[in-house]
Amino acid sequence: MTETTTQAPILTVRNLSKSFPGVQALDGVSLDVYTGEVHVLMGENGAGKSTLMKILAGVYLADGGEITLEGEIIRPTTPLEAMDLGITLINQELGVATNLTVAENVFMGSEPHKWGIIDRGYMAEKTQEVLEKLGAPFGPETPTATLKVAEQQQVDIARALMHHSRVLIMDEPTAALSEREIDKLFDQIKALREQGLAIVYISHRLAEVSVIADRVSVLRDGQYIGTVSGDDMDKNNIVSMMVGRSLKDFYGHEVSETKTDRYLVVHDMDDGKRVKHVSFQAAAGEILGISGLVGSGRTELARLIFGADRGNSGEVIVNGKSLTIRSPFDAIRQGIAYVPEERKSQGLFLRMSSQENIMMNVMQQNARFGILDRSNNDSMTLAAIEQLNIRLPNPKTPAVSLSGGNQQKLLLARWLQIQPRVLILDEPTRGVDVGAKSEIYRLIGEIVRKGVVVIFISSELPEVVGLAQRVLVMRDGRIVSDITDKKKINQETIMAYATGIREPDYSFSE
Amino acid sequence: MSSTPSTLKQKHSAIWESLGILPILVVIVILFAFLNGNFLRPNNLMNVLRQASINIVLAAGMTLVILIAGIDLSVGSILASTAVIGLMVSLNPSLQSFTIAIPLLAGLAFGVLNGVLIAYVKLPFFIVVLGTMTALRGASYLLANGTTLINNDLNFAWIGNSYVGPVPWLAIIALAVIVIVWFILKKTVLGVRIYAVGGNAQAARLTGINVKFIIVFVYGMSGLLSGLGGVMTASRLYSASGLLGNGYELDAIASVILGGTSISGGSGSVIGTLFGALIIAILNNGLTLMNVSYFWQLVVRGVVIVLAVLIERFRHRKVD
Repeated sequence: MTETTTQAPILTVRNLSKSFPGVQALDGVSLDVYTGEVHVLMGENGAGKSTLMKILAGVYLADGGEITLEGEIIRPTTPLEAMDLGITLINQELGVATNLTVAENVFMGSEPHKWGIIDRGYMAEKTQEVLEKLGAPFGPETPTATLKVAEQQQVDIARALMHHSRVLIMDEPTAALSEREIDKLFDQIKALREQGLAIVYISHRLAEVSVIADRVSVLRDGQYIGTVSGDDMDKNNIVSMMVGRSLKDFYGHEVSETKTDRYLVVHDMDDGKRVKHVSFQAAAGEILGISGLVGSGRTELARLIFGADRGNSGEVIVNGKSLTIRSPFDAIRQGIAYVPEERKSQGLFLRMSSQENIMMNVMQQNARFGILDRSNNDSMTLAAIEQLNIRLPNPKTPAVSLSGGNQQKLLLARWLQIQPRVLILDEPTRGVDVGAKSEIYRLIGEIVRKGVVVIFISSELPEVVGLAQRVLVMRDGRIVSDITDKKKINQETIMAYATGIREPDYSFSE
Repeated sequence: MSSTPSTLKQKHSAIWESLGILPILVVIVILFAFLNGNFLRPNNLMNVLRQASINIVLAAGMTLVILIAGIDLSVGSILASTAVIGLMVSLNPSLQSFTIAIPLLAGLAFGVLNGVLIAYVKLPFFIVVLGTMTALRGASYLLANGTTLINNDLNFAWIGNSYVGPVPWLAIIALAVIVIVWFILKKTVLGVRIYAVGGNAQAARLTGINVKFIIVFVYGMSGLLSGLGGVMTASRLYSASGLLGNGYELDAIASVILGGTSISGGSGSVIGTLFGALIIAILNNGLTLMNVSYFWQLVVRGVVIVLAVLIERFRHRKVD
């Protein structure tokens, strides 16, 4: 982007500030965006990316600072106003109205009409033009309900083009897309860039940066940290800008020698559908990774062990004793904890206080005759908040207003309260920012050192490789490999077993 | 970052928030005090409390049910059936010591039946309570033989007609019920779990909470309190018939919603419900004092319910 240095930025942000009750979301942020560039904005959850974008797009009003578009100061108060100025925000939340057709969506709010009667012919014609430009595989009359997420995004983009947008803001556009859809989206973004649009792209996926970014700006704790381009857009460099320290001690946990005792034995777990006669064992103080593609039965296996679902057969033995588990209650009582993969729908009580979320499992033990022991609950909560470094205004803050990382820590805190012997973590870092990730890894390290069995289920191979001492790979409800040699734990091997490229290796089963 | 004013502002909004519907109650009281000189007389205020008492008791139970995102339409019918049962028991010389206990237990049993059908038989809650509402209404008429049972020697008539000093027993019972339900919700593990189940039943189960028990408990409580409502009604009237309590479920639901409890479960308080029930009672009383016709009273009540919820929502948005 050497040529951009000579031209004036199309969009400038100067000293922008915004606070919400209890948080300074943006603190004097400045940014320049040029025509014909893809400007990636990175930062952990809660760093202020979304707030900044929402101010640009007229969703929020800034408390201070100024925005200029092509040299003119603007202050959009509604998304429609921002759109008319030439700034369009594309995000999952706004999305499309699925009860309408593509053309109706594209023209929503600015329907062409003669004396109040809508001009459908013109709408269809114009929409068709834009769709062709985008190479969209659907027409103006297609009902949007039948479109995939990626295609709905194209409708959003078409809408932006129809409004002659000059700045396109995309908030985590790849979050819900498949690999192939992501590739297509990137091609599209590059094409839009060639047409002279400025694209601000928000992400916390490092992998996307090298593919799509011309420049990267980083926010941290509501402050502007810096902008890098070219060779400086190096992963380590960006991460250290994001978290304020280096990637080196990311996994923060020394892999100790291989353990062999059979502290946890799971025998013949089967539900007749997604889990087929699974047996394995794990040692005390071991991090056992369970990997496999989505739908391979990992979560179902965890839920069977935890008693969340009922299976046909299966036995769980901890420390030589066979457990009777008919419900999560039974599992918890016997020291098995399960942190579910969907923290919002299956884990958290979003409107309840952080304290209640943390103490939910042990408030009964603390209670006398069923009456809450407030002082005991208070002190245990404070200890947990400190131990897990949960950032919140106070323990009464409802879970819903915490960031993804802190919500996940709330859940972990809840399960650590029961002093588990077996801790099953299902996608514990999904939707969690880099900083919180690293803290969760560190925490897992602490937990295993106490002799807990940690079963670590994750779709993110790098973290399985980085963290697990042993990896079970699942495919179609079966364990197809038990990789015990730490040196052999790598992404390629795991993927080969997970996808069936490599024949199952049953040598581990005795 | 100027933290002091912002935290101060937060503190103010938190207090404002916790008041809930109270400001609206105060406004209505002041309004009636100006419009009618008799309204604020101690006698009249005691009247309001007495008139509100049965609805308060039903609404307290309804609060528990709505907190877990359920609804209990059967409270009016349970009230009728337990009132009739109470009268039948009182007319049987050998059961005189059980005239209060039996209708209460009957109410509890009906409520538990609701809960079991919902939690264990896994029927949709709306269908279950619609069914018990209809069936128990019919059963009440049948038990009373389609007439009104009367007992001028009712041995629990003191409940509906005696006073402690200037305060009617009915009001004392109603306030005691509020205190008990408040205690359960705010001070016990059970209370926290009721909120948890209402907020996220799936997560509650995965946290080892016995969700089925909680469902049976709240419907059981609602039934028990409806039975108490039946005893209170019968004692006040010295009589009972299948007609009693018709439409009471709607007043109870209105009180809960006026009180700020979310119809989708998980948030709300029984203190709010008390204020909601008082608003309804004060509207009835104040408008009657002003000779407004019953038909207009209904119109006003409906408008106030919608307006109050609207104001509440507006305030929430401001705080957010």
